[in-house]
Amino acid sequence: MEILVCAKRVPDTSENEIALDAAGNDIERDDLVYSINEPDNYAVEEALQIVARVGGKVTVVTVGGEDDEEILRREMAMGATQGVLLTDDAFAGSDGRSIAAILRAFVQMGNYDLILTGVQADDGAAQVGGMLAAMLDYPFASLVNAMEVLEGRKLKISREIEGGNKEICEIDLPCVLSIQTGINEPRYVGMRGIRAVASVPIATYGAEELGLEAPTVGANAARAKRVDYFLPAQGKGAEILEGSREENVEKLLELVAAKGGLK
Amino acid sequence: MARIFAYILHKGGVPDDSAAELAAAARKIDPAAAPTAIATGWSSELEAVCAALSGSYEEVWKIAHEALAYPNAELIRKALLKIVPSGSVVLLAHDHFGIDLAPGLAIKLDAAYAPDVLGIERIDANAFQLIRQEFGGQVSAHVRCDISSGAVLTIRPGAFKPQPSTPVNGTVVDKSVEVGTVTAGRRYLQTVVAEAGDVDITKHSVLVSVGRGIQGKENIGLAQDLAEALGGAVSCSRPVVDAKWLEKSRQVGSSGKTVKPKVYLACGISGSFQHLAGIKGSPFIVAINKNPKAPIFRVADVGIVDDILELLPELTTKVREMHGVSRK
Repeated sequence: MEILVCAKRVPDTSENEIALDAAGNDIERDDLVYSINEPDNYAVEEALQIVARVGGKVTVVTVGGEDDEEILRREMAMGATQGVLLTDDAFAGSDGRSIAAILRAFVQMGNYDLILTGVQADDGAAQVGGMLAAMLDYPFASLVNAMEVLEGRKLKISREIEGGNKEICEIDLPCVLSIQTGINEPRYVGMRGIRAVASVPIATYGAEELGLEAPTVGANAARAKRVDYFLPAQGKGAEILEGSREENVEKLLELVAAKGGLK
Repeated sequence: MARIFAYILHKGGVPDDSAAELAAAARKIDPAAAPTAIATGWSSELEAVCAALSGSYEEVWKIAHEALAYPNAELIRKALLKIVPSGSVVLLAHDHFGIDLAPGLAIKLDAAYAPDVLGIERIDANAFQLIRQEFGGQVSAHVRCDISSGAVLTIRPGAFKPQPSTPVNGTVVDKSVEVGTVTAGRRYLQTVVAEAGDVDITKHSVLVSVGRGIQGKENIGLAQDLAEALGGAVSCSRPVVDAKWLEKSRQVGSSGKTVKPKVYLACGISGSFQHLAGIKGSPFIVAINKNPKAPIFRVADVGIVDDILELLPELTTKVREMHGVSRK
């Protein structure tokens, strides 16, 4: 099976406190720790497990710049067959729709049976997979937390719905699925694995090679544009205990006891 | 002004809570708006839903087909494309169904798309200024959305408070024939209900809930000790289940359990909206997190900025002392 996984390099929210910069309308970008978007990593692991069972190839693609090559190499160290970078100045400022359009152009150059994305990335939008599927007229399912390859070019999948329940569906190939975290246990990637793929060439495509005209992607095509970042309204906010640890423990348990939390 | 539609999900003949929230969002767009509700389904359940919706929406579009008895997003997208005029604004809830349907719907309607919207302001006839959150709710963003060719917005559950409105005597318009037959490459088979698990966290009045900050399975015992000392149970947020440190039945959130404790200790939990959606009944929320900017501090009653791996054992010791129970 030919599988394409669409991935994104994002500031790692488990490693960073996201704060506003001095101007107050963008996030502070110095010293951010980046990594592959977590659900995308689960998607790559799922692709690798499918290929291990039924054979095939896993390609990981991202839209971005040179810095984004590091996640492609990381996923190649995990076992992906190849990494592809879609990069062009004309792509700057693309919204989700334009990212999907860029990916569609790449998909149409190949012959993929299955396309996976992570369920959502740093912006929490959860949009590119569903858009890409609609552009390709492929079936789509979001929040996939289990899958099985069936005979006759189809999959049996499970979707995470409310209350921990699962929706079980059958879906025809080729299709696009957005993968939820927890679907598998992504394998560990050591420094040695990363070094082993350090000099493997990464295929790169620009707008012209993808047959994309500048006005159809990038900032000018964006219909949803972020204007600025700001801090959310605090609401009433928590009363922060600022004593020593011992004082905090004491005060906290007093409050908890008053609320009926100490029997 | 473009026509506004609200697609309403329903279950067991009852419209989803989002029905009133989408109406509130529509009124933020245009106070004079009379949004049209759209409901799809089959049989008496759908009739009941449309009847209920016509009490708050002036017009309800009904699409009845046996194939739509289960809300299959692909079928529903194809159905909507046949009846929703281009240039419309379509609102959906940002839940497992909205995520499934809305991005593709926006592409097929050639409309702008903005997901998980918390605030809407109309700038002019062709643009909205929206409020969204990024980075797990750590920062908010203003987004300018060009609606000149229509827009599809998914609305954050709970972000738009339903306003009391005078009951209306709305009309139900049957659009089933106009929609005709639709087919999809994805077919619903069945729903598998969540397993109960060893401990029922929905029955406890004190929950010691752990998140990514617990760092490893080997540290779960720290929370377990405190929960036992307090006479409560251990619950968790999604990353803990993803990492297989605790069972799915312990997860609090929209994709886990809904809990109603008296006291909720959120330990090393950042506080995503999906997690908070699982906490009901206004408990006393304690947040303990190393990151002072964690969104959980915005909703907690009391907070401590500290490392839970160090603080939890001290809390446990202190509780045991207060109980007068000597260790071993």
